[in-house]
Amino acid sequence: MTNLIVETSKYLMLFLFACYTYECFAAFRGSLTEEKKNRIFSRQIVLMYLIHLDGYLAVYAVTDDVMQILFYALQVLFAGVTLLCYRLLYPRSSRLLANNMCMLLLIGFLILTRLSEQLAFRQFVIAGIAMAATLILPYIVRKAHFLRKLTWVFAAVGIMGLGLVALLGRTDYGAKLAVEVLGVTIQPSEFIKVIFVFFVAGLFSEGNDFGRVCLGSAVAAVHVLILVASRDLGGALIFFVTYLVMLYVATGKLFYLAGGMLAGSIAAVAAYNLFSHVQVRVIAWKDPLSVIDNEGYQICQSLFAIGTGGWFGMGLYQGMPERIPVVEQDFIYSAIAEELGGIFALCLLMVCVSCLLMIFYMAMQVRENFYRLIALGLGTVYGFQVFLTIGGVTKFIPSTGVTLPFVSYGGSSLLSTMALFAIVQGICILRQDKEGAHGKKAAAKSRERKTDR
Amino acid sequence: MEKKLRQRAGSGKQTGESRRLLGVTYAFLGIFLCLMGYIAYFQFEKSEQFINNPYNRRQELFAERVVRGNIYSADGVTLAETVTDEEGNETRKYPGGRIFAHVVGYSGHGRTGIEAAANFSLLRSNIFYVEKAVSDLQGEKSPGDSVTTTLDYDIQLRAFDALGRYDGAVVVMEPETGKILAMVSKPDFDPNTIDADWEELTSDDAEEDSVLLNRATQGLYPPGSTFKLLTTLAYMRQNPEDYETYSFQCTGSYTKGNKTIHCHNRKSHGSEDLMTSFANSCNSSYASLGLTLDIPEFQALCDSMLFNSELPVSFEYSESSFVLSGQDDAAAVMETAIGQGKTLVTPFHMALLTSAIANDGVLMRPYVIDHVTDAEGNLVTQYQPRQYRELLSGEEAAVLQEYMRYVVEHGTAESLKSDLYEAAGKTGSAEFSSNTDASHSWFVGYAHQENGKPDIAVAVLVEDSGIGSEYAVPIAQEIFEEYYREEE
Repeated sequence: MTNLIVETSKYLMLFLFACYTYECFAAFRGSLTEEKKNRIFSRQIVLMYLIHLDGYLAVYAVTDDVMQILFYALQVLFAGVTLLCYRLLYPRSSRLLANNMCMLLLIGFLILTRLSEQLAFRQFVIAGIAMAATLILPYIVRKAHFLRKLTWVFAAVGIMGLGLVALLGRTDYGAKLAVEVLGVTIQPSEFIKVIFVFFVAGLFSEGNDFGRVCLGSAVAAVHVLILVASRDLGGALIFFVTYLVMLYVATGKLFYLAGGMLAGSIAAVAAYNLFSHVQVRVIAWKDPLSVIDNEGYQICQSLFAIGTGGWFGMGLYQGMPERIPVVEQDFIYSAIAEELGGIFALCLLMVCVSCLLMIFYMAMQVRENFYRLIALGLGTVYGFQVFLTIGGVTKFIPSTGVTLPFVSYGGSSLLSTMALFAIVQGICILRQDKEGAHGKKAAAKSRERKTDR
Repeated sequence: MEKKLRQRAGSGKQTGESRRLLGVTYAFLGIFLCLMGYIAYFQFEKSEQFINNPYNRRQELFAERVVRGNIYSADGVTLAETVTDEEGNETRKYPGGRIFAHVVGYSGHGRTGIEAAANFSLLRSNIFYVEKAVSDLQGEKSPGDSVTTTLDYDIQLRAFDALGRYDGAVVVMEPETGKILAMVSKPDFDPNTIDADWEELTSDDAEEDSVLLNRATQGLYPPGSTFKLLTTLAYMRQNPEDYETYSFQCTGSYTKGNKTIHCHNRKSHGSEDLMTSFANSCNSSYASLGLTLDIPEFQALCDSMLFNSELPVSFEYSESSFVLSGQDDAAAVMETAIGQGKTLVTPFHMALLTSAIANDGVLMRPYVIDHVTDAEGNLVTQYQPRQYRELLSGEEAAVLQEYMRYVVEHGTAESLKSDLYEAAGKTGSAEFSSNTDASHSWFVGYAHQENGKPDIAVAVLVEDSGIGSEYAVPIAQEIFEEYYREEE
């Protein structure tokens, strides 16, 4: 009987999530009226709850644990309160981003429950706190004009923060990423990503002369080098790419982009020749089966999981995701692909892509340079992180050990991604403020423009 | 959506920046599309390789829900099945027993042969979904899919009997398709009692005999005179204009420096061209011819003939090795040219080379699993013959075919002359120890029937017996007779 429930729930979930994903992109259609869009987003919420219910039915069927029902109810409440808060406090925020954030969080809770109930519950508590803490951010972004004056404060905080971790940090899996403060483990680079984007935006929104480019590049290089020294290759790559993209868009000089990429490639080759831990990752990427006992173990386990799961998945609790080291964090995508299916995993990727498109879309719309660059930078941080983690666990690119935003276990990652989305929501609201301020003519003209929440 | 984005970009104040933003958006979309394409490609094409890996413990998960499927020969004889007794204990039975021991393999103490290669298929159940749900509800296992092989029961049996009490290996293939029709290895074991015999089979005494080793694919042997196929090809390639005018005066031996190469029984073959040297398997002629070869080119040729490289198969095998460098002395070159020296091959590799020659130069991917069906007999997967690559040109293959025909007509394999089919091949006797006169007996060749059944290629190796024409050739003959018998 249990098997039947698990199997049925698997197929049903695939179908529902495919519908959800479709709605994500359907919402981008230009010709939709406000009313139709709202209907799409409401449908998404219904689908989200159904997917969540479906998943926890399977969890309950297998574990037969009443506590799971309670945990499920708490999650339903959490998602409901989150969506309600955004709608009431920020009626003009993007409903797509809010929905997707909740959907991804719920998927994360579900798969973490399956992997480790304890971690799932901790993640849930952190999510609640993070939610409450970041709810104010859209308001701050909208009102606080002083943010753009703090450019050099951001740079200083970023460098000091990363420097402290490099000096005092704890070593996990060969990389120094985290510090312990009062018994809580914090991964500062997650927050400094966001701060760094504010620094670059502040710098280039005032002008893009050569002096600024040099200064900005120097600060960016310090960030990247500290991360490389801490062996956080994924983090270093995210900072590097984010800076290059922002630099290119702000200055319009293809030369900077090309030069940066060339420098990056040279640095990558040098790093490969200098550091054995870089070589190990490349070897494991090229032919993991040949080094399955050592370097390739993790990626092989990941590919076994994804491959054995196939398109439709094994069903919750029917696979062996626990065989993948660090599955709750960097390799959560493999666990999802194994048990919920390859189609589900692809849909998940597309949901992330729809978030990214939404953020870039806002960047295109906002008129102020500063906020435009922030939206661009945050979008790049988010999008590139998704690419690194999913590309890494599927062996598309060498694995760099970054988390999947909202889904992977990890407080710092969760809090910083929520902050990132909250800031983007602030920009979304701000954009419409400005449009309104332009007068009735502009407002009438941009009626259609406002509708894309 | 795209139109809308563009329209937005155009309406912005700073159109340049908006255009760049759009560019960045497209770049991201591009890399994500590549990533999705790759994931789909992985699922469709690459995943099987990972799923079937013995390190993948997930296969065991299937065993809890599925009764391992059956393995059949091409003509429908059951080679492996799982029998469940009243208490639900499962036993794997091998009605093919010792005859199919190595090629079918076993599933218990690890897995080998087809049991390993098709493990994933055997543990999958593709029966109708409702029935699966019903067995789920009743807490019963679903019947796994069955695998039908390309193995021909009669040919396998005949090859097994023909090898008799000798150790050795026989491989029979269909050159046009790459189908493996038979694969025998001796000494053998009984897979039905492998659990009980395990300790004995893996004891030190048995290790020496390597009973569990599939000699057809894993046994490495000096190729002896069968290697003259490759030496001949090398000479033809290096002397495309005048190989036909090659001539040699055989006096029964050939000396260079302080190394002397003798012909078999020190027989003097007299005046020979390339074809008669080949047919007589004249060591003196080939030793002299070998010294004229460009060694790096010879090495490159052998590498392209799958020496020192992977073979295109999914079951366990050993890589053949050919090592000769420009620094090696004349003795090493002469030894290598006649198939002694350091060269080592597997009988399976020789069967592949023979198949390629018989198939006008094109090697087909060898395969042993023909199709997979569910428990009700509905087709799940049908494997199709696929070309691997052209190992030698059609013209080169034609010349070698002619030479191999001549071996049967006028050379060392005259006993293969038949009215029923046209056989062609090359014999060999490989010396494997300097202390004894005994040698491994080889025959590689193929048979053709005008307007009849497809050609078949064989490689026969009889360990520690004698010359090829005496021991290996009769086995090949029995296989050819068996294969073409029904046409009578």
